Amino acid sequence: MLVSIYRYNPETDSQPRMQDYQVELPQGKDIMVLDVLQLVKEQDSSVTYRRSCREGVCGSDGLNMSGKNGLACITPVSHVIKNNKLVIRPLPGLPVIRDLVVDMAAFYKQYERIKPYLQNDTSPPAIERLQSPEDRAKLDGLYECILCACCSTSCPSFWWNPDKFVGPAGLLQAYRFLIDSRDTHTQERLAELEDPFSVFRCRGIMNCVSVCPKGLNPTQAIGHIRNMLLERGI
Amino acid sequence: MVTNITSLGRNGVHDWLVQRISAVVLLAYFVFLVVYVATNTDLSFSQWQNLFSHTWMRVFSLTALLSLCAHAWIGMWTISTDYFTSAMLGSAATVIRLGFQLVCLLILISYFVWCVQILWSI
Repeated sequence: MLVSIYRYNPETDSQPRMQDYQVELPQGKDIMVLDVLQLVKEQDSSVTYRRSCREGVCGSDGLNMSGKNGLACITPVSHVIKNNKLVIRPLPGLPVIRDLVVDMAAFYKQYERIKPYLQNDTSPPAIERLQSPEDRAKLDGLYECILCACCSTSCPSFWWNPDKFVGPAGLLQAYRFLIDSRDTHTQERLAELEDPFSVFRCRGIMNCVSVCPKGLNPTQAIGHIRNMLLERGI
Repeated sequence: MVTNITSLGRNGVHDWLVQRISAVVLLAYFVFLVVYVATNTDLSFSQWQNLFSHTWMRVFSLTALLSLCAHAWIGMWTISTDYFTSAMLGSAATVIRLGFQLVCLLILISYFVWCVQILWSI
């Protein structure tokens, strides 16, 4: 199989290039894209990428594989191979540090902006803040996000305005805290999001839903935030 | 919250609501016109002129015109803030964006005044 990999070393290259590698896939086994990268690295140790848990939990190896974002460690080669060729690029829209490694500062800055932690003005109870099973169930489909950035970097609105639009990952987490019954800063959180950029840049094209490796639905969460903002404004 | 003055942004909820309400008004107006033309197959100029001479039709047309201007402004403003950004165009982005928005605004005002003149001259 031919593997075409985006190569760029800012210290030596004036511009990025695609480099091809020939990789022999093991017979009768559908290996993951991360395994293919490992085989490439055995040929050329200078190929650089992030990886850690290799089981879809840490979110380190978010990559663009044959045009679609995803986690290399849980994406079978058979799902992304086209004409016996696999094209691997870094996540789009973020500055490339080297090869497949991107600078995620803009992504994390937006995550930081939504204050991703519980804020509660009432005095803390002796043991813990209790939550009914119904209220806890509202957090399902929200808390599972691993911040791999596959969704935000597949979103054109985030490409155009990464400094203003929170992006699907950040907004999924924003809703996770807006809907949490233990959080008392709902109004303050909504006030931070009512400008025309932070939430309303979402055009509902659902690229985020299409690529999320955890099967989450940021577009639905953004819709809920929009409804909360409308109810607050009316 | 994003508070850049040069973005000319107001309130996202406000823009979102105006965009949807104006779309409904425009849909109602154009559906009315299409139905009117379709149900009057032998439509004459005097009949068409008579339709627009009624006060209710002028108010309806004016509402549709205002909706069109508001809808177009929010749409063009959004497009300009998507594509004419510092990341895409560097330091000239703000000048280019504001220039583009000014041209859009002038076109919309011109069309509005022109349409009002036409509506009230019937």
